[in-house]
Amino acid sequence: MGLLSDPNRRKALTGLLTRLNTPICVVCFLAAVVWFMGLAFEPFTLRSYMSENAMGSTMVEERFSSGERALALAKEFGAHKRKAGGMPVDWLVKAMRSRGLEVFTQSFSRKLPFPDENKERYMVRGTNVYGILRAPRAPRTEALVITAPCSPGDSNNQAVALLLALAQYFRNQVYWAKDIIFLVNEHDLIGTQAWLEGYHHTNITGMEYSPLQGRAGSIQAALSLELSSDVITSLDLVLEGLNGQLPNLDLANLFYAFCQKLGVLCTIQGKLQRNDWDTAEGYTHAAQTMMLMVLKQACGRSWGDHGLFLRYHIEAASIRGINSFRHYKTDITTIGRLLEGMVRKLNNLLERLHQSYFFYLLPSLSRFVSIGYYMPAFGLLAVILLLRALDLWVHLGAPALTAVDGVTEAEQPSSPGVLTVLTPLVISHLTGVALYLLPVHLQEMAVEHFPVSETEAVVLTAIAIYTAGLALPHNTQRLLSGEGTEQGWKVLKLTALLYLAVLLGCTALINFSLGFILAITLVPITASITPHMPKALSAVVMVLLSPAFTILYCVFIYQELIEAPVSIGEGWMLFLSVISQGILDHALYGSLVYPLLALFIYPCWLMFWNILFWN
Amino acid sequence: MAAHRSGLSLVCILFFSSLAHPSNCDTLEKANDNKAEKLSISEVNTNGGVAGEDLNERQWLSTDVEVDKSDGSKNSETLTPAPAKDQFQEELVIRPLHSGDIYASFQFRTLWDTDFLREGQKVSHYRLFPKSLGQVLSKFSVRELHISFTQGFWRTMQWGQPFIPSPPGAELWVWFHDTVSDVDGNWKELTNVLSGIFCASLNFIDLTNTVQPSASFKPLGLGNATDHRFLRYATLPREIVCTENLTPWKKLLPCGSKAGLAVLLKSEKLFHSSFHSQAVHIRPVCQDERCTSKAWELRQTLNVVFDLYTSGQGKKEWSLFKMFSRTLTEACPLASSSKVYVDITDNPEGELFELSPATPLLSQAVVLGDRRTYSVFDLSRAETFGQLRSLNLLLRWKGDSGDMLRPLLHAERYVAGFGLQTGEIHTVIYNNHPYRAFPVLLMDSVPWYLQLYIHTLTVTSKSRDNKPSYIQYQPAKDRHRPHLLEMLIQLPPHSMTEVTVQFERALLKWTEYTPDPNHGFYVGSSVVSALVPSMVAMSTNFTQDQPLFSSFVPVKEESSYFVRVYTEPLLVNLPTPDFSMPYNVICLTCTVVAVGYGSFYNLLTRTFQVDEPSPPLSKRLANLIRRMRGVPLLA
Repeated sequence: MGLLSDPNRRKALTGLLTRLNTPICVVCFLAAVVWFMGLAFEPFTLRSYMSENAMGSTMVEERFSSGERALALAKEFGAHKRKAGGMPVDWLVKAMRSRGLEVFTQSFSRKLPFPDENKERYMVRGTNVYGILRAPRAPRTEALVITAPCSPGDSNNQAVALLLALAQYFRNQVYWAKDIIFLVNEHDLIGTQAWLEGYHHTNITGMEYSPLQGRAGSIQAALSLELSSDVITSLDLVLEGLNGQLPNLDLANLFYAFCQKLGVLCTIQGKLQRNDWDTAEGYTHAAQTMMLMVLKQACGRSWGDHGLFLRYHIEAASIRGINSFRHYKTDITTIGRLLEGMVRKLNNLLERLHQSYFFYLLPSLSRFVSIGYYMPAFGLLAVILLLRALDLWVHLGAPALTAVDGVTEAEQPSSPGVLTVLTPLVISHLTGVALYLLPVHLQEMAVEHFPVSETEAVVLTAIAIYTAGLALPHNTQRLLSGEGTEQGWKVLKLTALLYLAVLLGCTALINFSLGFILAITLVPITASITPHMPKALSAVVMVLLSPAFTILYCVFIYQELIEAPVSIGEGWMLFLSVISQGILDHALYGSLVYPLLALFIYPCWLMFWNILFWN
Repeated sequence: MAAHRSGLSLVCILFFSSLAHPSNCDTLEKANDNKAEKLSISEVNTNGGVAGEDLNERQWLSTDVEVDKSDGSKNSETLTPAPAKDQFQEELVIRPLHSGDIYASFQFRTLWDTDFLREGQKVSHYRLFPKSLGQVLSKFSVRELHISFTQGFWRTMQWGQPFIPSPPGAELWVWFHDTVSDVDGNWKELTNVLSGIFCASLNFIDLTNTVQPSASFKPLGLGNATDHRFLRYATLPREIVCTENLTPWKKLLPCGSKAGLAVLLKSEKLFHSSFHSQAVHIRPVCQDERCTSKAWELRQTLNVVFDLYTSGQGKKEWSLFKMFSRTLTEACPLASSSKVYVDITDNPEGELFELSPATPLLSQAVVLGDRRTYSVFDLSRAETFGQLRSLNLLLRWKGDSGDMLRPLLHAERYVAGFGLQTGEIHTVIYNNHPYRAFPVLLMDSVPWYLQLYIHTLTVTSKSRDNKPSYIQYQPAKDRHRPHLLEMLIQLPPHSMTEVTVQFERALLKWTEYTPDPNHGFYVGSSVVSALVPSMVAMSTNFTQDQPLFSSFVPVKEESSYFVRVYTEPLLVNLPTPDFSMPYNVICLTCTVVAVGYGSFYNLLTRTFQVDEPSPPLSKRLANLIRRMRGVPLLA
């Protein structure tokens, strides 16, 4: 080898790297963007295939036929729901019991940290009803879950009714090898969370719930069903779960296989599949679908009831019926058959779904991009940070090297102490801690002193702390260590670059989309920032590429992609609600995006901000 | 003393019943809880077969009530050779369950009046007793053997207590004779032999899943051996029971499946049910009342629950033909008694179901602490089969399927927590008795790969700490033996007791994983054994039918009854490597380590110094000459 140990070659190599550093970085950045956009191009993606042997070889025959009865049930359920003014618990218990299930209920209550204005709830009290279909001759070790949320108003009545109709049909079959749990949960995700915590006897979010009476062993897979009309035009598959976790790809393949078999239109991210990949429109379509998935995954929230199951190592997906008044219609019997087929296939499983990918992006339902293909896009961005760090390291080390070569030169007096790096580091992180803790804890004080509601108070406090953080560090730094030295900012930047690289790397491993979005906005400015740049212009650019603005852009892009563009004002309101939802998701379900941004990404960004105002 | 008396009375009942002709008595008088009273009432009514069912159940509950149920002809045959004394009984109990399902329990009992464990005695003549089992018993010096194969889980909350409980999968427990020196060796060989006899994977029983419970499993037969060194207990929760296990089981019967009740045992129907359990129990019993010599009892049981929804095709109607696709036409000719019992306790006026053909014979028994009434069909009589020469019992449901039951003792178990590092086993035991507290013995056998943190063991009842009065804990040894935890816990009345213990999931060696590692690993059922206060002692309205003097102080035998409850087995996921691409992983890591480590090691250990280029040969020669001349050297 000797590549690094030979001083001449090392010198040549480092010389090459420092000389060509900027061009290499620019090339890497462009390559990353091109690579990422290329992921949606069909010839570069793989056709999805069923990996799990137990689900692949045998197609089951679906015989479910009581769709009409399900619709009648939906009306009955709707009537009882209106009468009860919420979930008709007694009626559901009776309905499930008469279908031969073991029925149990679970009551729960949860006080939100601040009122949720989107869903208008603060003190949440509810009841989950679930019935267990015991498989014959099975020892209660494995189970499947089908859930339908009992939503307010008239929505989702059909889903609950179809659930009951399926329960009745399933009860008369003999082939079940796993128990099947039919769960009707109230208050959507909060109910699901209470049920899951009750089932696994954990308490991670401070929920109050009554213990579960009936269990059925370890849950292997779950399907969540959302239907709001008697006839639907297409079925949408939702995969993105809490913290960007995804179920095994085989679950998506299973859904796609049955849609193909039964001739049901299926979509992902609400987008139909197109066959004209070689045209510009075809490519744009695939890119939009993939971008939507990236945005949804990056925000780390659970996009359906299924998302909370993933934490418990339960593969789950939501199936959402959409009635977009297209010409093509599917009746409820077909949807019942689709579910029957899927559940029967899952019933055949011998092991948990593990054969296929857990990390993937979907430009369409039939094509996927695996982790091996998308990681280089992120890797190219991360390399920029490392290259810049290397460059700085070489520059910092250069005088030291001459000292060795030269006669007897004393140690450079300008060598910066630990304090120069530590002070900004600590201050930025304290700001981060304030951003994480204060909004929720100061809401009462804010409501007392300002004419705002609790939710507004939380969001505005967060924004205020975020803005205040911009003013804070560079002032304190100057006060503490006086005039900043050239060496000082270089050491600080080196530290910050490595820190950012580690942060983004870890994030991308867990949630690629989040890591990539953060990297693509943070890397260019952090890589190029120096104190010698024009202050005002750089400051504006930096703020525009800060994490908060990234969220704002994501809101606009998302609205654009779901074909519901918003004006600036609406976008701002959406931005505020996204922040409050993020904080709520963290408190209610343990989503990690808010703490990640507040405690790590934002302080890291502040360190670069500090470099800009070094002198 | 009491035992002998009741035993005597039961023999008398059988004697009477065999003599008595069936009378057309429609009324039924309830028997007392006192057996002597029952005898007189039975005599008055000349009801046949009063005691059979009672006895069959009782023998499980208290072994000292053991009696020899030979009929009247027995005494005259005491001098004839041993084989002639063998006898065989068969019976089927049908119990319509609370949930609308139907429970059929077969019992076949073969009695063999010989003692082949006696020194120097070699028995080679077999008549009714299966030779394959007899040889096994004598070769391995088995004192008592209990083996059960179960497919499904008994739903106590819907079905009540079973006659003979068994855990899902296979269970084997054996008491060896105390003359055996190498118990583990015998046990290993025995499991392998039984594995062949029953076509089951019992050969997977080894020391890693065998335990020696100190209190939970006592001998049910003669003798009061308490040294648990001679006991071995193992379960295989994963064992699947199917036709291949049923066929060898049926072959052990004297009539095979050719005649008698065994014709009903058709696998296509038996395995079309909610629950299926078959068992073999062998134990020594007394030959006569004075217990001068031993006999061997082989009891083969088969329990099956048919589902109302899946097999009923919408109609709530049961018949022997519908359940088993056969009807009964004759008793097994070798059987000394052959009976079918139908539980009609909940149906005194026929409001719940309708039973046809009607039978005049009724029988009462206290089963599992509850007084039950049975219609009896004696297959040894021609009248039973009627004109058609076949018996096809028909049960037509009228009522609706009921709500959940609240059995007095109920237990369940689950794994709490998520992730693949730690977890917590929760065992929940319910005492639903309104005012009586009673102790239970909880036995847990956990495989070594769940490393129990025994210091986290907590027992709580009614949210208060409940200190067990007896704890025996044997820690596991990795790859050698499982954890064994036995506790005696007092359950307060009307309470829920929760036993929790945390565990860590071990990382196995890569060859130790099963072929389907992502399925998970099984932990066998825990066993709750208890003497449960009887329902009979609890009921208050029975006094109206009974003489007052008979019921003030509850009689010991009926005041509590023995119950064993098995919980669900657990399925636990262990951290599993991705076996699908070991080569990729190995290759990648090896490359990374080789390249990365090599260059780093190089960088770290090599010292750098400026290397002077060596002078050319001419210069070296010149220097050599200069040195010799003592002139300064060239640079």
